[in-house]
Amino acid sequence: MSNSAPLLRRIAGAARESIEFELNGQRCSALEGDTVLTAVLTNAAKLRESEFAGAARAGFCLMGACQDCWVRLADGERLRACTTFVEPGMRVRTGP
Amino acid sequence: MTMSSKSFVVVGAGPAGMRAAEQLVAAGQRPIVVDEGSRHGGQIYRQPPAVLQRERSDLYGFEAARASAVLDRFEALRPQIDYRPETLAWQLETNTLQLLHAGRTRALPFDALILAPGATDRVLPFPGWTLPGVYTLGAAQVALKHQGCLIGPRVVFAGTGPLLYLVAWQYASHGARVAAVLDTARSSAKWLAAPRLLSRPAVAAKGAYFVARLRMMGVAVHGGITLLEAEGGERVTALRWQAGGTAHTTECDAIGFGHGLRSETQLADLAGCAFDYNELEQAWLPRRDAAGRSSVRGVYIAGDGAGILGADAAELSGARAALAALEDLGTAVSAPERAARIERDLQAHVTFRRGLETAFAPPPRWAVDAPDELIVCRCEEVTAGELRACVRDTGTHEMNRLKALTRIGMGRCQGRMCAPGASRLLAHAAGCELREVGRLRGQAPIKPVPIAMLHEQAPSTVVPEDQDD
Repeated sequence: MSNSAPLLRRIAGAARESIEFELNGQRCSALEGDTVLTAVLTNAAKLRESEFAGAARAGFCLMGACQDCWVRLADGERLRACTTFVEPGMRVRTGP
Repeated sequence: MTMSSKSFVVVGAGPAGMRAAEQLVAAGQRPIVVDEGSRHGGQIYRQPPAVLQRERSDLYGFEAARASAVLDRFEALRPQIDYRPETLAWQLETNTLQLLHAGRTRALPFDALILAPGATDRVLPFPGWTLPGVYTLGAAQVALKHQGCLIGPRVVFAGTGPLLYLVAWQYASHGARVAAVLDTARSSAKWLAAPRLLSRPAVAAKGAYFVARLRMMGVAVHGGITLLEAEGGERVTALRWQAGGTAHTTECDAIGFGHGLRSETQLADLAGCAFDYNELEQAWLPRRDAAGRSSVRGVYIAGDGAGILGADAAELSGARAALAALEDLGTAVSAPERAARIERDLQAHVTFRRGLETAFAPPPRWAVDAPDELIVCRCEEVTAGELRACVRDTGTHEMNRLKALTRIGMGRCQGRMCAPGASRLLAHAAGCELREVGRLRGQAPIKPVPIAMLHEQAPSTVVPEDQDD
């Protein structure tokens, strides 16, 4: 699997409205009901970089406990990707 | 004070919280149910967003009927419940909870509080566990149930505990290629072997069924293994592991792992509840009586947040705690026969749980084997070697001191992910028993909250300077 291939694989719920959002300046597509985490990781292979080693991270517990999926929006707002639903036009940044 | 003016608050809308609310409604109360989730169900019966229509049998497998019973009951009672989803209880002080919803906080005083916060995976990490594609077993389930996604097309499931086999089977039956199931405990044929597990024969049979089905599907199932390293640069590409002195490499796109569950206890801690060390759980848990009363008057604890007993037991302990709260506040005729029956039923779960924890014990040599370069705290990237050096240099043997010195447990997760590993490393390095290193104290806010929210609250709590004039 190449480094940029999406991490998550959808197996259900394909018949939903699609939602357009922006990931690092690129237009991307997600589905209604996706969390920000799902929206990003069905398009890419990381959510953020760790503050210390700068290593790629993609969340861990998916239930709001580990806090390893906080991402930044283009306007500086921070949100927890596993418990926030993606919204049309959201501009998500996964890099520094 | 009239009967109806008592304020009953339940935190958590999983099996325990839902049954507690039902019991309170049955007694004529209108409980407030606060839950972080967007829909009721908790983690075990997590429901997908309404737009993602899924069959219950597809979501919950063998537990579909049980899930439907409790989910539908709560739904039917909604008009009689003040249900507050997407709400975080982040502080608890002097019989008042602080709630965060939609960026705003408000105080919620209570007469009786039933804490049903549930549990998360108990994680004993291995090198490479921070790589994209490595998730907890619980996360693997949430991805599937809540988002209709697999954590990857080719997955290794590792660690130990009943969830290991359940999740592996769920993934295999949803089209994932399960590359291997690797159990750090000895034998995967343990389901029917341990006498205590036969205290709940139907559950033991299901466990044995998962193992048999996985084998029939051609999935490699190994017991008594040691996890060595998740390999990969930007994402996981393989898992190295060892069995009987031989090293193996299994290629994969994702890893789901965990070593049983650990209770969420932060709110009980903030409430000032007494804690005791629990040998079976190898953890400090809030003290409570058979009915769920904590050491603090008006605070009750139910479900997996009071020690791991599973979803079925959570329904029972939720109802039992509600009965206790009603009785203590004098708001219902006591129901001693029903209460006694619930307590008796719960005892079977305790026996079963002892069997499970024995059969799926977390790896006893974990702290001995963990390499110095292992990242133990994924928030602050504190390594096993740094923890050992700190113990060596300072002689500390207490968790909160270790936290002050190394920042372990000081990150955003507040020790939820690192505490099981860090406490074991500390005990081993200091040459003492796990119970002797103590536990990380809970701190408010128990999860990150926006500073703007605290600011919004200021006008009502800060006395203006000219007030004294």
